[in-house]
Amino acid sequence: MLASAVSVFTAGDNLWRLLTGLGVAMQIALLAVFFSLLLGIPLGVVMTSRRRVLFLAARLYLDAWRIVPVLVWLFIFYFELGRILGIHIDAWLVSVLVFSLWGAAEMSDIVRGAITSLPAGQVESGRALGLSNWQLQRYVIMPQVVRRLTPAAVNLVTRLIKTTSLVVLIGVVEVLKVGQQIIENSERNVPSASFWVYGLIFILYFIVCYPISRLSRYLERRWVG
Amino acid sequence: MVTVPTGLLAGESPAAPILAVTGLGKNFGERVVLQDVSFQIAKGEVVVVIGPSGCGKSTLLRCLNGLEKADAGQVRLDGQDLCQGQIKWSLVRQRIGMVFQSYDLFPHLTVKENLLLGPLRAQRRRRVEALAQAEELLDRVGLLDRAESYPRQLSGGQKQRVAIIRALCMNPEIILFDEVTAALDPEMVAEVLEVMLGLAQQGMTMLIVTHEMDFARGVADRVIFLDAGVVVEESPPDIFFTAAKSERVRRFLDRRRYERRLKTVG
Repeated sequence: MLASAVSVFTAGDNLWRLLTGLGVAMQIALLAVFFSLLLGIPLGVVMTSRRRVLFLAARLYLDAWRIVPVLVWLFIFYFELGRILGIHIDAWLVSVLVFSLWGAAEMSDIVRGAITSLPAGQVESGRALGLSNWQLQRYVIMPQVVRRLTPAAVNLVTRLIKTTSLVVLIGVVEVLKVGQQIIENSERNVPSASFWVYGLIFILYFIVCYPISRLSRYLERRWVG
Repeated sequence: MVTVPTGLLAGESPAAPILAVTGLGKNFGERVVLQDVSFQIAKGEVVVVIGPSGCGKSTLLRCLNGLEKADAGQVRLDGQDLCQGQIKWSLVRQRIGMVFQSYDLFPHLTVKENLLLGPLRAQRRRRVEALAQAEELLDRVGLLDRAESYPRQLSGGQKQRVAIIRALCMNPEIILFDEVTAALDPEMVAEVLEVMLGLAQQGMTMLIVTHEMDFARGVADRVIFLDAGVVVEESPPDIFFTAAKSERVRRFLDRRRYERRLKTVG
């Protein structure tokens, strides 16, 4: 039984293909995390703005990404954007784009929450000490905002990684797709192949996400409270 | 003793005031919060502001260091007009300390770092010298052993003592106290008031908003009574607490003398 399971992974370079598939998923996730931070942080600052137009635009953007399922966004961007622009857009590129834009929306809300949760007294007591605006941001506001947003931001990273599994549906060959291919090939010889393959994928996701989620909990205890 | 700070001796004619407020006015929308408020504080003087909740006491203090912008009148610090032209408030605030009701220590910094942030960053003083001063002040309020603690590890009274010496570390010319004992457990009030009494005895110029009547009577050189944004009475504590000119002040004080009221009722 176990021998047949091992054969599923040793046949061809199946294990290596699975890991490469995981690599594709991670690549999309990490690029998305990078752009989420890049776009999400300024967007979050904008959402604390008192200028109504800016605030409403940012709010509308966030709600659009919250209300419409990510899968629908993937379909919209993959099938419709290409048609409208009259070009074919690579599925991988669409995945990076959609996850970046979604991540940025979620990140902006995390940043907004961290900023607005700071008691007003922090700004006033900093001002009362004679700190300049820049010093106030640098030594009082930002250190506290970063502490407040880090646990949630780290959580967002695991959500991004897990949700990349959706990109299978627009044809990106990542770990899940490779797994399905392997199952199809091995099922005749090893009827339990799907159990082993999905089992391994489960373990792979666990290995990637568990440390990140532990880190989030550690930072939460360390910094908040 | 060769030199005595001006304004410290009773009967001496007050020197040029450190802080002079003339005709100060402030509105929040339609609501008038302060109206034609005028008073002066000489060096070394302790002035206590008393009044019912919402009478504009806090707003008055906040107008003095620019946390609120006054709508009318004049505030002069050592002769410098703080209501005209471009005021560099970060520089002015280094000379006017302020202590808040809710302490507002920086939770991500240790006690020592809280004390040093202003001197090192805003005033760009040398670390050795600023640290020596911070430690001396910590020692004076009995908290030298808490220098490396974080604010969350301190009691309310300890936090407020740290907040007071955080203001002192800037060597301000005057300190504003905004109901600094109002959020404290009753048994912690005394330890904070003692620190303030000590400062008064050393000749620190202070403007204190408080509801602690006994403390006000003990510490004040002068008491200002503010009601609905207007200065109703300004007198020395002996007169203020026993023979106030204004009927409004006498009623306000009477309402706080529960003992006597019970006797008259019984």
